[in-house]
Order: sequence, then structure tokens, then C-alpha cells
Amino acid sequence: MNPAVREAEILVVGGGAAGLCAAAEAAVAGARVLVLESDLHLGGQLVKQTHKFFGSKDEFAGTRGFKIAGKILDEMASCKDKIETVTNANVMGYYPEDGVVTVMVGEDEYFKVKPARIVMATGAQERLIAFPNNDLPGVYGAGAVQTLMNVYGVSPGDRVLMVGAGNIGLIVSYQLMQAGVQVAAILEAMPNIGGYWVHAAKIRRLGVPILLRHTIKAALGDVVVEGAIVRSLANGETFKIDCDIICLAVGLSPTAEILWQAGCEMKYVPELCGYVPIRNARQRTTNDDVWVAGDAAGIEEASSAMVEGRIAGLDAAASLGYEIDESRFGVYEERLKALRSGETASRIRAGLARVSANGFLGGMTSDGFQ
Amino acid sequence: MPLIERHPILDFKHDGKVEFTFDGKAMEGFEGEPIAAALHSNGVKIYRETPEMKRPRGFFCAIGKCSSCFMVVDGVPNVRTCVTPLRRGMAVLTQRGRGSVSIAEGEARR
Ligand SMILES: Cc1cc2nc3c(=O)[nH]c(=O)nc-3n(C[C@H](O)[C@H](O)[C@H](O)COP(=O)(O)OP(=O)(O)OC[C@H]3O[C@@H](n4cnc5c(N)ncnc54)[C@H](O)[C@@H]3O)c2cc1C
Ligand code: FES
Repeated sequence: MNPAVREAEILVVGGGAAGLCAAAEAAVAGARVLVLESDLHLGGQLVKQTHKFFGSKDEFAGTRGFKIAGKILDEMASCKDKIETVTNANVMGYYPEDGVVTVMVGEDEYFKVKPARIVMATGAQERLIAFPNNDLPGVYGAGAVQTLMNVYGVSPGDRVLMVGAGNIGLIVSYQLMQAGVQVAAILEAMPNIGGYWVHAAKIRRLGVPILLRHTIKAALGDVVVEGAIVRSLANGETFKIDCDIICLAVGLSPTAEILWQAGCEMKYVPELCGYVPIRNARQRTTNDDVWVAGDAAGIEEASSAMVEGRIAGLDAAASLGYEIDESRFGVYEERLKALRSGETASRIRAGLARVSANGFLGGMTSDGFQ
Repeated sequence: MPLIERHPILDFKHDGKVEFTFDGKAMEGFEGEPIAAALHSNGVKIYRETPEMKRPRGFFCAIGKCSSCFMVVDGVPNVRTCVTPLRRGMAVLTQRGRGSVSIAEGEARR
């Protein structure tokens, strides 16, 4: 059986912060957009967050994550005749010979799309660390814990050991307590807390110990997690912590499989947390038909993901001949520049300098590919 | 594990209760939620057994990327239960090994 090939002007892969902004922007410019999202709902990471976001006001900083998603969806609703969204639709492959993209909907429906342009906004996936029994049921990624409790309202367990004190580890710990789950401790191998102090302070006030220079040595249990052995990296001492869930918040890597398949030139950039595509100031990769935006372009934040999405959507529409207001690029680039100024963003700036075609530094210049 | 009934910020609807079975036992969940979430709220954390080492597997990523949550659903093996919506009357089985579908069966499903 040969399924029909669907046409699309702009295909957006991934319906998170970046993808939805790209779709809205391209549709406002007049392009017909198809958004494919593998999850059962749109919004990506945003819908799993209960806290008020940091970032820029233009990108709704100060608003709770799940409400930001709602605002972008409202914007999309204003040009809904141009945008089609399909959820539970997993983009599986890209065939560079003819530019055909293959898609699975659920477990048994399959179709192909031949888009004129593609914006890849596939976000990130979680890292895993090695320790004995790390495959036991009850060792969950932080994203899985968030999905269970914040999207479906199911308590992940009674008592959680959190591994990692970056922003995700801290925020998810706080979210667990909001959901009525006990947090036994937060482990952090580094000598300092990676996430923002405001989040750490909130958690400490609630009496949860943040154990610096500690790591997990093993998960305990026969068929499910019943505890963990923790080890101090300072003095080698080990001790047991009782828990029924071990939550890993040990970092994210960009989801790049389809970018590889599309033949985009990729580069390993530690500051951006993995392999990311080389791109120009307008988010266009070395495959002329493919743009990238958001965490897939390097792990950063929602505000910059949204602005990158807007730039990508606008540029993709312009490349199809739609008339756009060129000055928008300047506005968006200024926003990126502001988001990426300051001490905490120095890593991001260093990373971007390494993947930018023509030495372009994210948001610092306005010229595209030569 | 119980459902979250009270939350300072989120409001969970938890409606559309449906029945399904897990390894033959009757259970209840909510229509449209992922099968794995429904099992979890019924206290079930083990979804399959690995082919070689016979290790128990639960879920890990919950976004359909890691293959940890494969189960046999209505006779079809390797269903990603973390992203497959629950429907009334589904028969969900712990998956042991790789699972198989005969070619005839596969053809018949088309
Ligand atoms: C706990 C936590 C707290 C955070 N707090 C903040 C904060 O306060 N401020 C801030 O600015 N940022 C914050 N962030 C970061 C922010 O959420 C992300 O940077 C942002 O959501 C990235 O957006 P995105 O669209 O690139 O990716 P995502 O939101 O991850 O969206 C990607 C989407 O693509 C889909 N997808 C992936 N592969 C495919 C495929 N093959 N086919 C179809 N669909 C696919 C995924 O299902 C997903 O929905 C936080 C993140 C976490 C985890
Ligand atoms: S838990 Fe990872 S695919 Fe379902």
C-alpha cells in the first residue's frame, strides 16, 4: 500500500515553544503551515511547567509556563485557516533525494509529506547516567515525572530522590512538593548549585537537603526502586536513602536525528549540549530547505526558543515569496541580543559563535547567508 | 499511586472514566490519558520484561522516545504505552520478550 504524499508549504516538526511561534509567524505572513507534534497535545515543555518563567517580557516572562503555551495557541487561532496541526504524529524520516518526510500517527497510521520548507523544532531529550540498576522501574527522567504529575495529574510516587541541582532538578523538586510528593534529597556532583538561587532557596526553606559533591552509586530493589545508595565525592562515604522514585535531571541534549537525515552540516558544541546544525542569522541550516529553532538548535531557554521560532517562520515564508516586513528581523534580533547579554549567557554566546555561518554571533548582526 | 486531587496551581479534570484490563485484571482509567499513566495510577509500574536478561522495565521518558514502556495492547506488541491514549475496553498485557505479529495477521490489519 502506497500512502498518498501530502503537500505542505511549510512543515513545522515539533509543537513546542519554538515550533508554535514559527507556525504563527509564517501563517501571519500568508504561508500554509502544517505542524506535526508527536505528543498527545501541543505546547512541548511549556505545558509541563507550573512556575512563572524568567526571560523576556515580550515572550511572557512572569507568566506560568502552561499559560504561555495558551497565549501562543491563541495567536495561532487568529490565523487558523492557514495552520493545520496534527498531534500524536511522529516524524520518523527525511529523504534528502526528494525531500519527502515520513510520519507515523499513533501506532498504525502512516503518511508522507513533501513540504517546500521545513522548520525543525524538535526540542531536547534527556540524558541518562550509568549506575547499577538504573534500568529499574522507578528510575524516571525529570520530564517523565513532570508529564505524569503536571499533565495527567498522576502522582509519580511517595518519596523521590532527585539527581541533579540544575534548574530542572530544582524546579521539578518544587513541583513534586506542590503535587504533595516528598522529596528526600537533591544530589549534585558539582561543588555548587547549577540552577538559579531563587529556586534553590525556595527548596531549602521547605527543608529539602541539597547535597553538593554527592552522587548516586546504585539504585536498590528487586523489581522496582526501593531506595538508593548515595556516595560523597568529598570523602567517599556511602549511605542509604529511602525512596520509591529516583528522578534524573542530569541534562538535556538537542533532538537532532532528523537534521542529520536532512544532511545538515552538524557540529558538536559542548556549550549548546550536543550536536547542532550550522546555521545563519535567520536560523537557516546548510540544507537550504531546512530551518532550526529552539532547544534543537542548542539547549537554551523558552524566550530565545520563541524568538528563534519567529525568525525561522518569517524567513521560511519570505523564501517562498511571501511579502514580509523586513524590519521584523531587526526587532527579533534585538530581543535575542538582550536575552543573550549578561554573565549567565556567556556560555550560549560562546557556543553560538561556533555554529554560526560566516562567524555570525546570535543576534549581534543582521545579515544572513552570503 | 494515587491521583493528585489538590494542587495549588493546576486543576485536573479527571473525567471520562473507562474500564480496561491489565493482564486480565479489571482496572479503571480516564479515556484519552496515556495507557502508562492509567496503569501508574493503578499502582502498576512494570510494563515489560526484556528479551535477554529478563529485567523488568517501567517507563522512563514518557514522550515516546526510549522504548522502555512497550506493552501488548489488544494483541499488538511494542505499543508505546506512554503516548498511546487509553480507550474503553482495551486489553493491556505485560510484554515478555520482543513480541511477534504473524505476516497474515499484519496483512489482515491493513
Ligand atoms: C523544568 C523546566 C523548567 C524550565 N523553566 C524555564 C524558565 O523558567 N524560563 C525559560 O525561558 N525556559 C525554561 N525552560 C526551558 C524551556 O522550557 C525550553 O527551553 C523550551 O520549552 C524549548 O522549546 P522548544 O520548542 O525548542 O522545545 P520543546 O518545548 O521541547 O518542544 C519540542 C516538541 O517537539 C516534539 N517532537 C520532537 N521530536 C519530534 C518528532 N520527530 N516528530 C514530531 N514531534 C516531535 C516534542 O514532542 C515537543 O513537543 C524550562 C525547562 C524545563 C524542563
Ligand atoms: S517511556 Fe520512553 S517510549 Fe514510552
